[in-house]
Amino acid sequence: MAKVRGAVVVDIEACKGCGLCVVACPHQVLAQNKQVNSRGYHYSFMEHAENCIGCSNCAVVCPDTCITVYRVKSEKTV
Amino acid sequence: MDVKDIIKEENLVYSKPSLLSDKITHYCPGCSHGVVHKLLAEVIEELGIQEKTIGVSPVGCAVFAYNYIEIDWQEAAHGRAPAVATGIARVDPDKVVFTYQGDGDLASIGTAEIMHAANRGENIVVVFINNAIYGMTGGQMAPTTLLGQVTATTPCGRDLERNGYPLKITELIGQLPGAAYVSRQSVHTPAAVRKCRKALRKSFENAMAKKGTSFVEVVSTCSSGWRLSPVEANKWMEENMFPFYPIGDIKDGQKAEAGDFMQQNLKN
Ligand SMILES: Cc1ncc(C[n+]2csc(CCOP(=O)(O)OP(=O)(O)O)c2C)c(N)n1
Repeated sequence: MAKVRGAVVVDIEACKGCGLCVVACPHQVLAQNKQVNSRGYHYSFMEHAENCIGCSNCAVVCPDTCITVYRVKSEKTV
Repeated sequence: MDVKDIIKEENLVYSKPSLLSDKITHYCPGCSHGVVHKLLAEVIEELGIQEKTIGVSPVGCAVFAYNYIEIDWQEAAHGRAPAVATGIARVDPDKVVFTYQGDGDLASIGTAEIMHAANRGENIVVVFINNAIYGMTGGQMAPTTLLGQVTATTPCGRDLERNGYPLKITELIGQLPGAAYVSRQSVHTPAAVRKCRKALRKSFENAMAKKGTSFVEVVSTCSSGWRLSPVEANKWMEENMFPFYPIGDIKDGQKAEAGDFMQQNLKN
């Protein structure tokens, strides 16, 4: 069965740690990092990368447009 | 499948619009301004009108909008953006002109300018960010502040006797014959952002087709001014702003035909 897999790349320095992507994600992929970026913000990262389906919801709501989204259809379920 | 195998150019489905500059905005975390900037960049790019679009930025937090979207901009005095946009659109009708204004700018000091621009049916787009306070100056009451809402200048909540009623300026603009499209949107969820994008696109198409004034209010958050986290601010907006400022189209058409409008006037 074809399964959709996704992944996001967060521009760590551009992220202000607002957390809006975390709540917009339907699969609880994202979380706010305990680490901070150079401006002191808890930037977002993929805590559960395996759950990402590349729906782009996180990127769509991001006020700082710091999320890039990728998606593939993989043939085998992972 | 490894994340590294997914993150490849051919699998790209969402990236920053090219018209959005790489500068990190001065906006606070979670600010709705950032989302609306992104949508404007996307729509202008999609319509291929970068070279002929001129934005007029306000006084307020969005005063520096010209730093973030790679088009031509003119900064206007507080509240005067619709008058400046009128001038630009009339001098060069081939340009697509829009204003970008907060509620302090548009619904307070600039009430006269927006009313008359929309009533004249200027071929401009107006993007109205309603966060129910003056964000830039520290969260004072705006005309759009809700009754009971605590702000820097209404520490016990907005009081009807003292401060009057909150102003639904978008509904007023919907009454004007010069308005083509009047809509109230929001950008707090992915679905809302996509709808707002459509409303903005329609507005720019209207301006290009010279249909009159298109006005999009975006009910927005100001988490710093509201003293909430960005996530709490979205919730507060849904619970308190949406009942008073309902989302949806208020008018969708084009400005009134001169002939019809004159006859109606004389008959009355
Ligand atoms: C003529 C004039 N009066 C007052 C001010 C002070 N001032 C700066 S921004 C602002 C209001 C901004 O609020 P809003 O338009 O809601 O935008 P926001 O910052 O919330 O995005 C005011 C009153 C000014 N700059 N110029």
